[in-house]
Amino acid sequence: MAEYELKTPLKDEDLAKLKAGDVVKLTGHIYTARDAAHKRLVDLLDKGEKLPFELQGAVVYYVGPSPAPPGRPIGSAGPTTSYRMDTYAPRLHGLGLKASVGKGKRNEEVRQALKDHTAVYFGATGGAGALLSKCITKAEVIAFDDLGPEAIRELTVENFPLLVINDSHGGELYVQPDRKAAGIE
Amino acid sequence: MRTIQAKDIIEAVASMCIKANTELPDDVRAKFEQAMAEEDSPSAKEVLRQLLENADLAAETKLPLCQDTGLAVFFVEIGEDVVVEGGNLKEIINEGVRRGYGDGFLRKSSCDPFTRANTGDNTPAIIHFDIVPGDRLKISYMAKGGGAENMSRVTMLAPAQGWEGIKKYVINRVAEAGPNPCPPTIIGIGIGGTFDHAARISKKALLRRLDDTHPDPQIAAMEKELEEDINQLGIGPMGLGGKTTVLGVKMAVEPCHLASLPLAVNVQCHSQRHEEVEL
Repeated sequence: MAEYELKTPLKDEDLAKLKAGDVVKLTGHIYTARDAAHKRLVDLLDKGEKLPFELQGAVVYYVGPSPAPPGRPIGSAGPTTSYRMDTYAPRLHGLGLKASVGKGKRNEEVRQALKDHTAVYFGATGGAGALLSKCITKAEVIAFDDLGPEAIRELTVENFPLLVINDSHGGELYVQPDRKAAGIE
Repeated sequence: MRTIQAKDIIEAVASMCIKANTELPDDVRAKFEQAMAEEDSPSAKEVLRQLLENADLAAETKLPLCQDTGLAVFFVEIGEDVVVEGGNLKEIINEGVRRGYGDGFLRKSSCDPFTRANTGDNTPAIIHFDIVPGDRLKISYMAKGGGAENMSRVTMLAPAQGWEGIKKYVINRVAEAGPNPCPPTIIGIGIGGTFDHAARISKKALLRRLDDTHPDPQIAAMEKELEEDINQLGIGPMGLGGKTTVLGVKMAVEPCHLASLPLAVNVQCHSQRHEEVEL
């Protein structure tokens, strides 16, 4: 298990070396998007319109932060469950998206897209939203303000702690449940 | 008859919403610490360490423990001799939610199922009323996040499937959910009643303290058996492997129809956020 410090935008050579289980401290700009924002992003693509951020080399964070209290850039900001974005992720990876950040399993299509496009899926600790917010120094809504917590924000992050869950070589960190030991097989 | 003023209820509900979302309950903290000591895996220990640090930071800064501050779920027991003055109790509780989620900078997660438009103030709350003897008003609040709720299920087993069938279904549900609901989770199980009632009692079971013991020794033994079996799955904190897949299993059992064996599995994330007040 290696540890890397990476800066956005991410490049193929950054990602090709990552293996499931590696720790990455990410610095730069990342974009928040979850269910409703993803739907709007693909609607824009369908209409041939420009996306609100540059997808090439981008990192998307599946998060809907809580409101920023006075004196803070953002509220609590941990990952949401990723499988709900599986419908959209392969298409975005095909257009240059280099990484997503969330929690929970991805489907076969997403795992294949990571291999096809030298991309990775990062996990952040679910339910540690207060702690993770410490690594976010700035947050600015750049699209779909009407979606409230689901609006797309550009986050400036410093040493954001990530774990490689699915790498670009087919590796996966999540353990398979031991059904036999639990007596259901 | 005893009169309770609307403003007192609003204030109590608002402060429960804020407190539950920013202060990790002591029973959950104790379980995290116990799990830290028992886990051998470095990744499991690291997740638990982060969760404890997160809880300290949330208590200090009043930032929510988790950005998903949930739909607001209430179990209300209203004494037969209580009169609420100053409004309709349902509306009063919703006003408390509005204030708590606003003043506490909690996320508003309630939306229209089709348009997905946010209702803007986290109302309507999900409220279960019960009428009980006496002159007290007891309100229990739970912040129910979407990630864990999505992993929950209700099923109607055949009576012949019995306890073995129940166990198999519950363990399989936790296995299928894997890392998705933020393990180590707490599993609320409702057995009996009807389709809807099983779900309701499975959620209410989640209000119990993690360190309590079910008053019925037979059910207490079943809870322990299920907890041990589930932890054999090895999913561990955040699905990275380990001995702690669940922090607890809480069962509620009630009579059901001759033809049925209703079973509800309500999955709760590790930050079991709930509070209760008696007025």
